[in-house]
Amino acid sequence: MLACLRAESLTLEQLAACFRRMLLIREFEEVLGGLFTKNLLGGTSHFCIGQEACSVGVVGAARETDWLVSNHRGHGHLLARGLDPFRVMSELMGRETGYCGGRGGSQHMCAMDLCFLGTNGITGGGIPIGTGAAWALKYRELDDIAIVFFGDGASNQGTFHESLNMASLWKLPVLFVCENNGYGMSNPTAQSVATAKVADRAAAYSMPGTTVDGMDVVTVLEATAAMAERVRAGEGPALLELMTYRFCGHSKNDPRVYRTREEERDWGERDCLAVTARMLAERGLDDTAVQALRDTVVAEMEDVVERALAAPVGDRDHALGGVYA
Amino acid sequence: MPNESRDVFYSKAVNEALDEELAHDPDVVLLGEDIGVYGGAFGVTRGLFEKYGPKRLQETPISENSFVGMAVGAAMMGLKPVVEIMFMDFIALALDQILNSAGKLHYMYNGQVTVPLVVRTPGGAKGGYGPSHSQMLSGLFVGVPGIKVVAPSDARQVKGLLKSAIRDPNPVIFIENKRLYPQRGVVPEGEYLLPLDRAVVTPGENVTVVAYSAMVPVCLALKEALAPRGISLEVVDLVSLQPLDRETIFASVRKTGRVVIVEEACVTGGVGAEVSALVAEHCLDVLEAPIRRVGAADVPIPSAIELEKAVLPSADGVLRAVRDVLEW
Repeated sequence: MLACLRAESLTLEQLAACFRRMLLIREFEEVLGGLFTKNLLGGTSHFCIGQEACSVGVVGAARETDWLVSNHRGHGHLLARGLDPFRVMSELMGRETGYCGGRGGSQHMCAMDLCFLGTNGITGGGIPIGTGAAWALKYRELDDIAIVFFGDGASNQGTFHESLNMASLWKLPVLFVCENNGYGMSNPTAQSVATAKVADRAAAYSMPGTTVDGMDVVTVLEATAAMAERVRAGEGPALLELMTYRFCGHSKNDPRVYRTREEERDWGERDCLAVTARMLAERGLDDTAVQALRDTVVAEMEDVVERALAAPVGDRDHALGGVYA
Repeated sequence: MPNESRDVFYSKAVNEALDEELAHDPDVVLLGEDIGVYGGAFGVTRGLFEKYGPKRLQETPISENSFVGMAVGAAMMGLKPVVEIMFMDFIALALDQILNSAGKLHYMYNGQVTVPLVVRTPGGAKGGYGPSHSQMLSGLFVGVPGIKVVAPSDARQVKGLLKSAIRDPNPVIFIENKRLYPQRGVVPEGEYLLPLDRAVVTPGENVTVVAYSAMVPVCLALKEALAPRGISLEVVDLVSLQPLDRETIFASVRKTGRVVIVEEACVTGGVGAEVSALVAEHCLDVLEAPIRRVGAADVPIPSAIELEKAVLPSADGVLRAVRDVLEW
């Protein structure tokens, strides 16, 4: 946990650890995309390439015992929380070794032992679940908080309005984190959200709302730490909006006809990995050390894919059983 | 005094179950609209707020999908929420969280979580509430795996079943009934639990009448009325609409060879249709007459009481169906 951290107090080791985690997420997603291209995976996935600073920054500022609720674009959240990449990849491949034995897949993966309440395939579906988790934490008088990730698109769901209203009324310990990547699938935020910013909506629920640069992991860490501290202190929920961009399509096979290559290039210059690499360089981490980090991540993912591909798929009993507790 | 019993209203029996479970388990919490000082739209939670306070009885804004979703999240964290949906028609607003969360989480998360959630709601028509406040929507949950559906038909049942539902680790849709709330029934003193998955048989010889919820007392009254005429109905009260107690249904049909299926929901595509299909699949060899179904007409429930009556199943309708299968 990096609570209430400041950029100047972040050690080089901590920043490098954040960078490595972001690299791992990027590599994981790119390798995954390659597996889809080779038809080695069924279904679909929503990659978070470009949004790694959001996952790593928010989760990095949380306690390990704070509960996370994710959405359809959840691989970054899972890996930032420290789930085993092999077991995450196994789940995506439908293997028994996956966190949910292949029953859940990308959008339905949880790890209760790591306080990860699950990714969620219904846009906005996780918002009340995370709010309910916060209600339970308050009921039990614990000082852990719930952190709910969702996108700009989900902020148009009724669950956003209903849940933020109840969370505020009951001063629940929940931090709502909106990763605003500019698009709900193909629909530009400006065409779906009536306010200039998603965070402007916080005022309607009498809670603080802040918008920060989601491409800068240190900014995300600082903003999350500040808001989480307030939430943890019992002052009620808060809404944090992270301005970010997914460099990939919404899911596999998205030709991105709804946006320009120029726009993508502009955002590309703010790539969170490049931003963090520059910070590391300024602090004296040389190119060789950065390259060494990249090499370890590539090697780790090669090993993950090889092991996951070799892992067994569940049998018919596994498919048909376990509907009721 | 476990052997003593007394007459209580169905609604009061629900209240007693909630009261006992709130006292029994500090993780039991009630959630819903107007369940506090007001005591719920039908007075079911009356007195509980004064006794247990706002922490145990959380009154909600009118936000069905999210307060059901919150209950799901809290249940994943180990609480045992009991949610009240004021009228069963309003459950439509919460279907996403029921279908996509409550019913799927235990399976899709590979057993890492349970969702010990009860959603209580009164279905059925009672005297002109109109199209948005009258439907018996039991059919919505047929074919939604992971959800248990229970529809108690009298005061004794509703108390024992609700207590079991609250203690069950699975999400349970607990269908109460506006017409049953003011009906009295004999309820034992002291604690008792009833199994969620067993149909209840009132034995007879000639025709199996399968029913649930408020149609059970209608069918039991008809059984009494027909007895002097030498017609003996075996009434199978389903109790559990999902999963269905297939063996009890089949055993009864195998005994009588004739079956009439009665429900307050629309005839098409619901619990009755499922029972009918199962009987056809498994008992065709013993059927001496075609399966007959009696239910609400496939129309919304109209407001005017005379029109409402025309749409709903009646004792006369059940009687006609019984005659049909006997005279086949």
